[in-house]
Amino acid sequence: MKERRQKTPDIRKSYESWKRNKYAKALAACAAPQAFTTVSGRKIKELYTPADLTGFDFFRDLNFPGEYPFTRGIHPTMHRGRLWTMRQFSGFGTAEDTNRRYKYLLAHGQTGLSVAFHLPTLMGVDSDHPLAKGEVGKCGVAIDSLADMEVLFSGLPLDKVTTSMTINAPAAVLWAMYIAVAEKQGVSPKVISGTIQNDILKEYIAQKTFVFPPRPSMKLIVDTFEYGAQEVPRWNTISISGYHIREAGATAVQELAFTLRDGIEYVAWGLERGLKIDEFAPRLSYFFNSHNDFFEEIAKFRAARKIWAEVMRTRFGARHPRSWWLRFHTQTSGVSLVAQQPYNNVVRVAIQALAAVLGGTQSLHTNSLDETYALPSEDAVTIALRTQQILAHESGVGNTIDPLGGSYFIEALTGEMEEEAKSYIRKIDDMGGMVRAIELGFPQKEIADSAYWYQKAVDAKDKIVVGVNAFEMEHEPIPLLEIDEAVARQQLARLRAVKKDRPQAAVKRTLSDLKKAARDDENLMPYLLKCVKAYATLGEIMDGLKDVYGEYEEPVTF
Amino acid sequence: MPEKKIRVLIAKPGLDGHDRGAKVICRALRDAGMEVIYTGLRRTPEEIVSAAIQEDADLIGLSILSGAHPILFPRIIKLLKEKGAEDIPVIAGGIIPEKDIGRMKKAGIQEIFLPGTSTRDIVQWILGHIEKGQKKR
Repeated sequence: MKERRQKTPDIRKSYESWKRNKYAKALAACAAPQAFTTVSGRKIKELYTPADLTGFDFFRDLNFPGEYPFTRGIHPTMHRGRLWTMRQFSGFGTAEDTNRRYKYLLAHGQTGLSVAFHLPTLMGVDSDHPLAKGEVGKCGVAIDSLADMEVLFSGLPLDKVTTSMTINAPAAVLWAMYIAVAEKQGVSPKVISGTIQNDILKEYIAQKTFVFPPRPSMKLIVDTFEYGAQEVPRWNTISISGYHIREAGATAVQELAFTLRDGIEYVAWGLERGLKIDEFAPRLSYFFNSHNDFFEEIAKFRAARKIWAEVMRTRFGARHPRSWWLRFHTQTSGVSLVAQQPYNNVVRVAIQALAAVLGGTQSLHTNSLDETYALPSEDAVTIALRTQQILAHESGVGNTIDPLGGSYFIEALTGEMEEEAKSYIRKIDDMGGMVRAIELGFPQKEIADSAYWYQKAVDAKDKIVVGVNAFEMEHEPIPLLEIDEAVARQQLARLRAVKKDRPQAAVKRTLSDLKKAARDDENLMPYLLKCVKAYATLGEIMDGLKDVYGEYEEPVTF
Repeated sequence: MPEKKIRVLIAKPGLDGHDRGAKVICRALRDAGMEVIYTGLRRTPEEIVSAAIQEDADLIGLSILSGAHPILFPRIIKLLKEKGAEDIPVIAGGIIPEKDIGRMKKAGIQEIFLPGTSTRDIVQWILGHIEKGQKKR
């Protein structure tokens, strides 16, 4: 980072004298040989003073909540006006199983839905595909066609509840199914609200549930921006995600930088299509990880808002303040949870959730204590939800806005992370953008290096993980949610029934129209809607698109 | 004669794309002086077994986080037997509930390393159990 040496010589001098004469001497007498670094390896000083904030300007760097550059939050009221949405990511087994869990969560005070699909759906194959063997209903809910989606949301009024769907390569198809379910409920697409993750770049970078090559994938995403702006105006057509980048091993700054650079890439592609910035930018949303290092995470969220506001206003010339807002969902860090003494995970989650709240999140998922083993049990997910409710209603942290704003440490850290992230962003600009950087393997390599660094630090006990490399003890196994193979049998039976009973001619016609539209480079959303309404399956639709777009093969490196 | 290195095939069966663990293990084994071949993501049991034979692997390491191990692990062991390659030991890591461990070991997985295992322990296990070129074929 660049040192900011200009004014405040008195404090700087006094600080240096204090450090030399008092601190260093006293420290020498302590048995504290540890390196004071964050979970990302960032060095943290012993003390922060105004000397670390030379040149800091209240209005330029901080300003009021709801005022550019939104460092303190995008809304003037923040959590006083409205608490964050408590949105637990959830899905398992059949659509019936998950529908029951949703009703349970809503009945216990959850305020929004978040759908976890099983891996075959994420990969755009049906439950009867050979690659789906052993996977049906395991990591999420099995959705093969509109028939499953109708069950998933039965009894849940889509004009009342907002839904986030974690779906990427086939996002446009699942979104079409959701819109179709809403129409069947008599709810207009104009009033439904929610989010599709729809962020393919981080799939190539980190989570790896890609299907098509990057360029046609980007085309499909821009189709959703364009269609959403016209037809589903309250829908967030993308959730630009740092979560998975972090989980794959990125440092906090890498998460921040790669995610925002992904955002820049999506905006650039939207503009290329001829979309008007202020028409689609307000529907872009973000999704970050909240990891263990409390202050570094809070600084990351604040820096993210500040950088994005500047990017949108200065780089892209957006005029509408809503286009400058970085609205974000947060999930606590899955990878930070440990299998050993799993009840301790409740504490980790609480600390991470607190960081997200203090960082000004709009919605939050708290992980369950048993997620290093399996999808969460009902008891475990209840504790996770209660953790948020305790933060919201007992801790008092929402009483004032951006309570850590003005802390020498937090402001210095926010500035430092901003500078470092911008330097990464410039580097990727110089490569020709994120699609190009991915083709060159740049972010993938940076993340793999960080992941390996961290593992070595844990192996060497430079980083302590309680219960793993220190304070170990035996623990009793905990009760887990089990998905048995009966789920696969039920799902395959429904898939067979759907394929038998649907209007076959319409399926054929809509699928062939879709392929033609893909070849002609039309916006595919209207065609996808027709396919799903005819009960064409996800696998059939994706196979048709694979014929046109091809499939992505990742270069194998480690 | 130059000393032959232990050859390890690290494979990712299942549909999940979580390759952080697999890649960290690849690097740790390489740094410990082994030859490492990584299959990449979403390999079927057939692909994994044929890669292991083709690469003359001394050991197969499976990494899976999707929950499909009860189906996929026994299938890999069965295919190894069918191809006469049951002398290639198989170890595994990832998200594997403790109650499944006995069943997986009975099916023929030699060792299962759970989250939190030090890479040093995995290296030690391999050095203690695998002799270079010990296979009969």
